[in-house]
Amino acid sequence: MSRRVAITGNEAAAEAMRQINPDVVAAYPITPATEIVQIFADFVANGDVDTEFVAVESEHSAMSATIGASAAGARAMTATASQGLALMWEMLYIAAGLRLPIVAPIVNRALSAPINIHCDHSDTMGARDSGWIQIYSEDAQEAYDNIIQAVRIAEHPDIKLPCMVTMDGFIVSHGMGNAELLDDDVVQKFIGEYKPEHYLLDVDNPITVGALDFSDWYFEHRRQLADAHTRVKDVVLQIAKEFKEISGREYKLFDAYRLDDAEVAIVVINSAAGTAKTVVDQLREKGLKVGLLKIRLFRPFPYEEISEALAGVKAVAVLDRADSLSLMGGPLYIDLRAAMYDAPGPRVKMVNYIYGLGGRDINMEQIAGVYDDLFEIAKTGEIKQAVTYLGVRE
Amino acid sequence: MATLKELSMREDLLCGGHRACAGCAAPIAIRQALMAVDPESSDVVVGCATGCLEVTTTIYPYTAWRVPFIHSAFENSAATVSGVETAYRALKKKGKIDRDIKFMAFGGDGGTYDIGLQSLSGAMERGHNMLYICYDNQAYMNTGIQRSSATPKGASTTTSPAGSAIPAGKKQIRKDLTQIMVAHGIPYAAQASPSNWRDFTRKVEKALEVDGPAFINVLSPCRLGWRYAPEETIELARLAVNTCAWPLYEVENGVVKINYKPKDKPPVAEWLKKQGRFRHLFKPGNEALLEEIQEDVDRNWNKLLALEAMG
Repeated sequence: MSRRVAITGNEAAAEAMRQINPDVVAAYPITPATEIVQIFADFVANGDVDTEFVAVESEHSAMSATIGASAAGARAMTATASQGLALMWEMLYIAAGLRLPIVAPIVNRALSAPINIHCDHSDTMGARDSGWIQIYSEDAQEAYDNIIQAVRIAEHPDIKLPCMVTMDGFIVSHGMGNAELLDDDVVQKFIGEYKPEHYLLDVDNPITVGALDFSDWYFEHRRQLADAHTRVKDVVLQIAKEFKEISGREYKLFDAYRLDDAEVAIVVINSAAGTAKTVVDQLREKGLKVGLLKIRLFRPFPYEEISEALAGVKAVAVLDRADSLSLMGGPLYIDLRAAMYDAPGPRVKMVNYIYGLGGRDINMEQIAGVYDDLFEIAKTGEIKQAVTYLGVRE
Repeated sequence: MATLKELSMREDLLCGGHRACAGCAAPIAIRQALMAVDPESSDVVVGCATGCLEVTTTIYPYTAWRVPFIHSAFENSAATVSGVETAYRALKKKGKIDRDIKFMAFGGDGGTYDIGLQSLSGAMERGHNMLYICYDNQAYMNTGIQRSSATPKGASTTTSPAGSAIPAGKKQIRKDLTQIMVAHGIPYAAQASPSNWRDFTRKVEKALEVDGPAFINVLSPCRLGWRYAPEETIELARLAVNTCAWPLYEVENGVVKINYKPKDKPPVAEWLKKQGRFRHLFKPGNEALLEEIQEDVDRNWNKLLALEAMG
């Protein structure tokens, strides 16, 4: 029987990890992800898992040890946030390049400087080209569900890629919410036993991992990495379908909320989607045709499906909780504009709002104001300002 | 301990055909180390930092390694192998592996003394059952002879060149990494040289038998960086040992034992003068520096003798 509980995002992530019962976890403390590791260390200390836990001396070593464990043939996990993810940066590319199916919950937090412990998406957006699959989660329930699904996605024989599952720092990681947790045996049956094809500890069949490629092979291996990403979408949908059978909860590549007949829409990632959905409901009650698209799979980017979903909309606002400093807007906006370039029908007007950096709250009035702006753009066909910093002292 | 005959029967686990320079000590030392693994009783999995050893032995689609091998990056050979070793414990506990497997991590001095020091320190402190071997060629040779914290005082490298304003070359003394590893309180730490291969192989056998982490620092003369003829590699290693510039010793559970005490300790200049990287020291005006280097060697040797006497 599944359990309905009040739980924080960090607790939910740790609980998913307990139920996954990985062979190896190597991790290092960092706010606001520390709790995941602490709770998991308790599981290890109390014999609730079989996992060998490595309390490493840095996030660089956390990812390095996780890579070593995964290459050795173990199901291996880690968790981190912000500067920790930044310190792992070199190793993120290597985990993906070596095609190791590592799963890592990441708690989104701003990057220094100035130092700040609160939520924005600079950390994982900075890792978006690393070759990792990125799945974003609105709340504790989604984080829990996504972490469990990520194991199947990462280890799928057509994929073999690392996968990070993100949630918003403090807002979700420390915020208490309702969630329904699956039974241990249901999770175990769902993820199955990890059976790697080639691994270091298969000493009778020695392999060399991490060989040197010159210009005669590097390009082919990077091309294979891109090729694996082309197969991710289908696998994500297939695993989501299987997950619905055990949980009753439905996941897709993204969440289209009251979007079917929407004239204007907001595209958003993670916890702000919850606030925005409430605004959508309120405006709908007033008869306004507003909708929302919440990103789930960000890497690889399901651009065809997203552009199709937004094709009939007159004006779209993309909310970015990170800046690219390209002066063309945040990373999500830039990707979405590129995605919409080839969308069928008349060109959709698109604007960008960069919000919530360093944990600055975004409220319902601000989101309602964005919808007001969108209606104005839809009416006049004019964009006065493409990129707006929302809720900042200018 | 295996006999010479037994050692000679063992297959080279790092095979020929790799692309290391003629006269490179690294593959010699690594083959000597791997020879210490008894194939009758255990297998070995190795990891390696980015560097000469890695780039010359794993050029895709070829590999010189007959054993499972992993390289991930420069500064994390110890952390990577600590993950491999942890996976082994996890899978053995679950009954998925029943073999006895040893773990070795390799790194040059750049990847060990400098950029990889934190990773090494962490792995040693955590007590992983692994042997880390630093092949110390005393500079960043793979990138073209830049000074590292293992480069001895007086050496001219491409980033510590001897010039008219700085006639000394590298002005600082080298970091004593072996003693730093001893300070970690690990069960076994040692210094070795490929010239004294029997001593080195015995040390590797011991290191693999201890329960917990072990560290061996093996001198690895580099003919390009040290600037000498390729056939002189082992001779250069031997001179470093004989002059006490590179003493052979081991520290077992805190007890220091010097493995070789030269009867007539020749001046360190005997070792220095055979290497192009020290040529400038023998020009007029650098006499004081030569004396200083000799004093450093004597002081370190006497300190080691005193440590041994303490038991």
